[in-house]
Amino acid sequence: MDTMAEQALEVIATFEVERRGYLGIDGKPLRCLPAFAGDRDLVVSLYRAMVLARAFDMKAVSLQRTGRLGTYATSLGQEAVAVGVASAMAEHDVLIPSYRDNAALLWRGVAIEDILLFWGGDERGNRGSGPVQDLPFCIPVGSQAPHAAGVGYALKYRKQNHVAVCLLGDGATSKGDVYEAMNFAGVAKLPVVFVVNNNQWAISVPVAQQTAAQTLAQKAIAAGFSGEQADGNDVIAVRAAVDEAIAAARAGEGPRLIEALTYRLGDHTTSDDASRYRPPQEVEQRWKAEPIARLRNYLVARMNWSKAEEEEIARACGEQVDAAIERYLATPPRRAETMFDHLYATMPPVYAWQRDEAEANDG
Amino acid sequence: MAEITLVDAVNLALARALADDPDVVVFGEDVGLNGGVFRATAGLQQRFGAERVFDTPLSEALIGGLCVGMAAQGLKPVGEIQFMGFVYPCIDQLVNHASRLRNRTQGRLTCPMVLRTPHGAGIRAPEHHSEATEAMLAHIPGLRVVIPSTPERAYGLLLAAIRDPDPVVFLEPTRIYRAAKAEVEDSGEALPLDVAFVVRDGRDVTLVSWGAMVRDTLEAADQLAAEGIEAEVIDLATLKPYDEKTVLESVARTGRCVVVHEAARTGGFGAEIAALIAERALLSLLAPVARVTGYDTIIPLPRLERQYMPSVERIATAARRTCNFAGSN
Repeated sequence: MDTMAEQALEVIATFEVERRGYLGIDGKPLRCLPAFAGDRDLVVSLYRAMVLARAFDMKAVSLQRTGRLGTYATSLGQEAVAVGVASAMAEHDVLIPSYRDNAALLWRGVAIEDILLFWGGDERGNRGSGPVQDLPFCIPVGSQAPHAAGVGYALKYRKQNHVAVCLLGDGATSKGDVYEAMNFAGVAKLPVVFVVNNNQWAISVPVAQQTAAQTLAQKAIAAGFSGEQADGNDVIAVRAAVDEAIAAARAGEGPRLIEALTYRLGDHTTSDDASRYRPPQEVEQRWKAEPIARLRNYLVARMNWSKAEEEEIARACGEQVDAAIERYLATPPRRAETMFDHLYATMPPVYAWQRDEAEANDG
Repeated sequence: MAEITLVDAVNLALARALADDPDVVVFGEDVGLNGGVFRATAGLQQRFGAERVFDTPLSEALIGGLCVGMAAQGLKPVGEIQFMGFVYPCIDQLVNHASRLRNRTQGRLTCPMVLRTPHGAGIRAPEHHSEATEAMLAHIPGLRVVIPSTPERAYGLLLAAIRDPDPVVFLEPTRIYRAAKAEVEDSGEALPLDVAFVVRDGRDVTLVSWGAMVRDTLEAADQLAAEGIEAEVIDLATLKPYDEKTVLESVARTGRCVVVHEAARTGGFGAEIAALIAERALLSLLAPVARVTGYDTIIPLPRLERQYMPSVERIATAARRTCNFAGSN
């Protein structure tokens, strides 16, 4: 018998996935906090952005229910992901969002009425009251990931010290083009940060049916760069993870992936009824971990936060949204012939009669 | 001036665009050191560097999406899909993003990209290497679809495509990559897009074609001329948006039209031209519009591809039948 055959095979690679969390469900620190968590103004601004996003979401749903907005996807319970991500970006960085990232757009300065205009069925909502270079909402799931690679390549090619930040959902990680994008970002060492908003549900399909992988973060490992998990209901954790990933990308260290673990407390969109496929007890349980109450507890315990301040922010955010809704509802409709305005840089004369017909039929 | 092939003309245009504009980048599978499987990018990486001319992983969806992301940043990406049969994973990017980025941002972001891919059968290639699905692409609003038929037009139209501020799919007729040589001056001058070229004048019948089929159509026109039938031949060149005027003016003069394409018949781009003529030039017609096309079958493997493709004889026969149509005059 050959004794050499009994030797264990050589291990040539091992991988680890870390999980990051700073605040417990009750808002109490679990470990040493990053320095920015001591900056009261910054923490309050994160809190305010989450409150604004939720106020916006709730009013948007009301608008939809009363026939004044189209199908709308709320980010209820996931506000810490988009806010944590956007707040870590510099203005000149490039956001490549999915359709559920309203809160990130709000942080980037996109006007509330523009977001409403888009979901209200009008392309003018994407004209760009925010940074001109940001891509618009991406609706075909995951198809924005290759754009992030293209943006990242352009930034690197021009030796700009900027970073592309791509937001994806858990469902998107099942898509081939997401892997193609991550794979190339790894090969070309592109300044791209991929953030997977793992809200556990892709409409009715839970993560366990998307993948047998233990984490979504580890999908980065196959692409040759590191992935980590962050508590996506802890805005401090999301912000810290993205801060580090952006700094690494800016330093030329290439891409990273952050899987932000959160939970979709609402329906997929206003056209969905999640009670058909998930138990209410699960949702109730998850409400206990939602991000706004958690940060409020932290503010109260560590930052001398007062009820008056909390109420003032709630009032101001409500007013801000209400004023924007008035502007949205007062936006004059587009004329039909404007659908030809941005088809090409210059409209081919061959389509002139179609444009004329659209104009004539629009009264 | 040296005579060069169509694929050399593609190379010449790419080199010119790279030399003229630092925003131009060229990429795809095997386009770097190897210079492309058809040699369309030969020498470009050596000349312009690996940042500007590079190999991607084997990822067609990525290639389409890279174009969109780069273009959104103001670069002028020129991506290559190795064969048209492999373009489908990247159609999502063309339909959902490239064609509509300008519109969905109301002009804030634009998509000045070119996606090059070889087009058509006739080189005895393996399965999936002989596709001619230009009608699918020409159906997409917001795209341009361009296909040259000579080295001069390959050079001039590719330069135009790269300089165009909107996305262009540039189809390269594989069968005539090396079939004919012509003198092409590296003038840096683009040809106009959205314009058809009348490549032969004639009074009796209008033959409309594009890509590799233009050569066969011209050969059929020579045969017909020997019989006393003078065919006018139009190289459509841009399929989206296409030059309706040139087609209609020609048919108004000849009263007869035959459309020739190697793509399958049903829903092929010939149907669009026949519909245009029915709508806008019916009373000029002396005979029904005829189509000479590939059959409504799967493009066969090479042993039958010659029988699938419209032959010079099929084109000439259709033109004769059109000219002898019983109801005419």
